Amino acid sequence: MSGALVSARPRRRGHDRLRRALVAAGSAALAAIILIWSLIPVYNMFLVALDPSGHNEFSWEIWPSHPTTAAFTTLWTGDEEDVRDIWPQFGNSILIGAMVTVLTVLVGSCASFAIGRMRLARDHTLTSVALLTYAIPASTLIIPFLRVMHVYGLMDSPWAVIAAEVTFATPYAILVLLYYAKLIPAELDDAARIDGASVVQLYLRIYVPLMAPALAAVGTYALLFAWNDYFYQYMLLASERHTTVAMALEQFFDDDDAPWNYMMAIAILYSLPPIAIFFALRRFMAKGLAGGAVKG
Amino acid sequence: MSGTVGVVAARGPVAFGRPQLPAWRSHLHGSDLAWSIAFVVPYAAFFVAFLVYPMIYGLWMGSDPALYAELLRDPRYVRAALNTVALVGLAVNVQMVLALLLSGFFARRRRWIKALLVIYILPWTLPAVPAYLSFHWMLVANPQGLLDNLLSALFGIEPVFWFSHGWSALAWDIVASIWKWMPLWTLIFLGGRMAIPQDVYDAAKVDGASPYRCFVHVTLPLLANLYLVSTLIATIWTLGDYAPVLFVSAGTPAFTSDVVSTLGFHYALDYANPPLGVAAGLSVLPLLIPAVVLLMRRLKAMEVQL
Repeated sequence: MSGALVSARPRRRGHDRLRRALVAAGSAALAAIILIWSLIPVYNMFLVALDPSGHNEFSWEIWPSHPTTAAFTTLWTGDEEDVRDIWPQFGNSILIGAMVTVLTVLVGSCASFAIGRMRLARDHTLTSVALLTYAIPASTLIIPFLRVMHVYGLMDSPWAVIAAEVTFATPYAILVLLYYAKLIPAELDDAARIDGASVVQLYLRIYVPLMAPALAAVGTYALLFAWNDYFYQYMLLASERHTTVAMALEQFFDDDDAPWNYMMAIAILYSLPPIAIFFALRRFMAKGLAGGAVKG
Repeated sequence: MSGTVGVVAARGPVAFGRPQLPAWRSHLHGSDLAWSIAFVVPYAAFFVAFLVYPMIYGLWMGSDPALYAELLRDPRYVRAALNTVALVGLAVNVQMVLALLLSGFFARRRRWIKALLVIYILPWTLPAVPAYLSFHWMLVANPQGLLDNLLSALFGIEPVFWFSHGWSALAWDIVASIWKWMPLWTLIFLGGRMAIPQDVYDAAKVDGASPYRCFVHVTLPLLANLYLVSTLIATIWTLGDYAPVLFVSAGTPAFTSDVVSTLGFHYALDYANPPLGVAAGLSVLPLLIPAVVLLMRRLKAMEVQL
């Protein structure tokens, strides 16, 4: 028996080594595919933005032969007709993004606190109601929205866009927050109540601090949502002074003679804030997303 | 908490002393009740003012049956409806299966894999409009587009006019949609895998289970619910997502790569017929409502388990 073991071992070891080498080669190949797949459109943005002519003449080079940051400098100085208003447009996008983030976190945390912690109603009552939001596609609701915003006197106001985006970002936020809220022991609230804490104090002193990671995740999600949106901004905002970056990019897209290097330079700048915030809060994001999802 | 309530309800009210309150009655009283209601009021206000009202208004706009007869007579609509089914069916299922498999790759605790994950989730963090416009430029700028140049440099393939056929234009919309959303679902499945206790796998290994059998008999059953819920959410979102079609192929050529939502915009804006646009959007309800109902039931079932 020991003889069989001794003779079996070297062959087994060789087999293992071969398998490990195959796994390593496979992982490396997969990693290369993932890298190319994820980065090609990003690479394309830089290729066009750094090209002097605004046209990308790819000739088996990994980088343009005469890269220039002229497009970015022009954006900064605003010398070109097409990009003169780009900074006010960034201001508009930031205002909408920031307000959607703050309001979604505020409204979502209050609602999930009342249902999840105070147990005003059963969880699934609220989640079912919130899910109704998705029962009609957001794109279909845009057309009736025009009429509704007219009634509210919010036409051509950034607040119309903010209200619409908060309405669509909050249900998912509530779903995530409700599941996360269950991880906090109910005894904490009971103990605080015995010490005479009011409902508002429970919210401010216990719920918000303990839920901070989930709130950060939900806030980042809301910001990404606002930054992704284009059609609500396009439909609900008319005047030039309310134009956002997403709308400006679409105007470039519609114009056949548009300089694509400016467009891609704007696209890169517009992509930076959500990426920066996402990676700054990455740890919370992973937790918050999983917190909502994994319980399933 | 509500978990226990759910379990009690599932077993029937007979043996348990505590009476079950009806859904609309709360155990809260006095100022607690008032405060709790006050905390829900902001969301309720948004919900009624910016969802229920436009929803009812939209249903009213699209309530005329003649609109749907008009839609069915329009060959552009029939094509867009088929495109919608193809886009949702392919984009959602491909990204879910790939995300499930890739989450296993990213679950390994190596430093370089963590670094790779950071790059992999980049598409999800990129705003939709610039990302899809980059796709468009990569494909359409014939003969200078990046993809055509790469193909000709690597394989000597002649430039392809990707957007001259409806089906190839739609295929690129699907690819772009998968590119943008797959990282989100990979992260969610990764979270799900991390939540599976390691000793379950250890036990399976002691019993001599191969990695393949571990995946089929441990990972899959434990992630099944999460997979189903994620698929339903992705289906609902993709049905309403106009961005890949609007910015990658722009419906070219001649509306043949449009989906129902983008065609609805054309009806409403270019043809000044908003009711027809709303009707086009509402025509996905036969696909959407089952998904929403199923999702509600799954989420309710999950609560009983908790």
